Amino acid sequence: MSTVTLFGLCAAALVGLGLYGALTHPQPLRKLIAFNLLGSGVFLLFGVIARRGAWQAVGGDPVPQALVITGIVVAFAATALAVALLLRLFKESGEASLDPPASDGASLGRRES
Amino acid sequence: MMLEAGAAAAVTTVPGGGWLVAAVVWPVVAVLLAIVAGGRHAARIALASMPVGLAVAAAIAVRVWPGGEALVYVVGGWAPPLGIALRADALSVAMMLTTGIVITGAGLFAHADFAPQQGEPETRTSLVFWTLLIAVWGAMNLVVMSHDLFNLYVALELLTFAAVPLVSLDGRATTLAAALRYLMFALLGSVLYLLGAVLLYGAYGTLDITLLASRVQPEPAAWAAAALMTAGLLAKTALFPLHLWLPPAHAGAPPAASAVLSALVVKGSFVLIIRLWFEVMPALWSVAATQLIAALGAAAILYGSVLALRQERLKLLIAYSTVAQIGYLFLMFPLAYDPATAQLQGGVALTGGVLQTVSHAFAKAGMFMAAGLMAKSLGHDRVADLAGVGRALPMSLIAFALAGVSLVGLPPSGGFAAKWLLLSAAVSTGQWWWATVLVLGGLLTGGYVMLVLIRAMGSAVEPLAPLKPVARSREAIALAMSLCAVLLGLLALGPVELPAFGTWGVATAVAEVGP
Repeated sequence: MSTVTLFGLCAAALVGLGLYGALTHPQPLRKLIAFNLLGSGVFLLFGVIARRGAWQAVGGDPVPQALVITGIVVAFAATALAVALLLRLFKESGEASLDPPASDGASLGRRES
Repeated sequence: MMLEAGAAAAVTTVPGGGWLVAAVVWPVVAVLLAIVAGGRHAARIALASMPVGLAVAAAIAVRVWPGGEALVYVVGGWAPPLGIALRADALSVAMMLTTGIVITGAGLFAHADFAPQQGEPETRTSLVFWTLLIAVWGAMNLVVMSHDLFNLYVALELLTFAAVPLVSLDGRATTLAAALRYLMFALLGSVLYLLGAVLLYGAYGTLDITLLASRVQPEPAAWAAAALMTAGLLAKTALFPLHLWLPPAHAGAPPAASAVLSALVVKGSFVLIIRLWFEVMPALWSVAATQLIAALGAAAILYGSVLALRQERLKLLIAYSTVAQIGYLFLMFPLAYDPATAQLQGGVALTGGVLQTVSHAFAKAGMFMAAGLMAKSLGHDRVADLAGVGRALPMSLIAFALAGVSLVGLPPSGGFAAKWLLLSAAVSTGQWWWATVLVLGGLLTGGYVMLVLIRAMGSAVEPLAPLKPVARSREAIALAMSLCAVLLGLLALGPVELPAFGTWGVATAVAEVGP
């Protein structure tokens, strides 16, 4: 098995695990970690494609490497924003969970009780 | 390689392309200035920068619309595939103008809520609102102009990061939860989009939309990428059944923010879906794929309208109406499918879809603003207890009604022109079932609009609790938004010739026969 195939399969596994976690876990923090796992899989795929250098006859394609840095920054900012919202939600409501979409009034009532 | 270099050299900056850079730079400058100057000046800076933004959008429009030639700017002089290009075509211009007018309206409307008054301490909410309002504008400009899939990813994320905190400006637990749920959907959507983009890069070695359009073949890599990107973008556009985040988020935000979120932010990812389906890979789709996405749209129309009818709160009713109206946008895909060439083609259906995007933006902005004023005046927004508000706030009620006229699709509104174009496309392609959905959706929309109007025009049984006064100027802004939606139809049906949306097929053909 070549390195490219091995890392490609790793990327696919990470994407699969992350997607499963993001879809099945109800807790936002777990969802967020799953999102980061999924993101890592995508970034690894960038590396695999750079290594394959499909469109250049050289050893590695620099474009995906440049893209992945930007991608990591964006994912970092997204995670920071989500954690900030989650902390604030915990401070306001005392619980860090997302109820199944309830009507505004119903969740208001629960908070007051 | 030589041939590739030759084709790439064809992409150059055209005269006037610098305006595209201006459209991205001014919002960034305004946001940075607002952050540095602090909460007390943020409102002034944001409002002062709005005419600049409108002028830039107008400057781009007068260069693009008359001839239909796209403006192109190659960033740093590096031509694609290595560099990235900004490109504004008729679709970009339509969205830029809409964005400019709606955000300017929202800014003027929000001045009373968020501008710090003399003698009061400055608040963080005010700073956040004004900076993010301008940030949404800048991100929308970037989304509609970017011509590179990765640049588009960054632009979409900018739009999300600017939009999410607008949901939870008041900091209550319910709106924070709504914002967090919105963010979770949006993040999953954008990472799926990115996965699709990287697959396309791996298969075709470029992320530039024009180059990709000439290279994409119907094969598994392209199918997988298209499915992932579409699914991700649908989550951001809130098409049924991925709409769960939308109603609490849009209904919980302050009225000016709801207007911007419902009118513009969901349309950013929709424009990207149009680009993917029509411009990047028009020949990739089968009849079944176009029928499936339109079936989701039809389900959204029926489900959203029925739920809107059943809502007790006015803002939630309007938010579910957004879920339904987004469904209309997806009806154009099977109608634009040309069986002879087996690909999606711009034409009547695409023009109808774009017109629906724009007229819904104006109508929904007017509706959320009018509902916000009614709620402010009454102190609640229960649909059942609206009686008497029509007497107290006639202008707001007319704004709501005119917006409703456009949503229902009554002539001569923009919504009518859009639905008329879609309907005639459905009839001319023999797809009567979509025509049925269009008509049924219009009836249901009429139902929930009339429900509100009848309640609001009824006379109060008991003497009304003292209503809070509402500034006339704010009512006028809501009315102006709704009037834009109605007048759009007069323009579209009247003397003004609509720009040619979707001339990309021609551009691709030229690129292929080029050097």
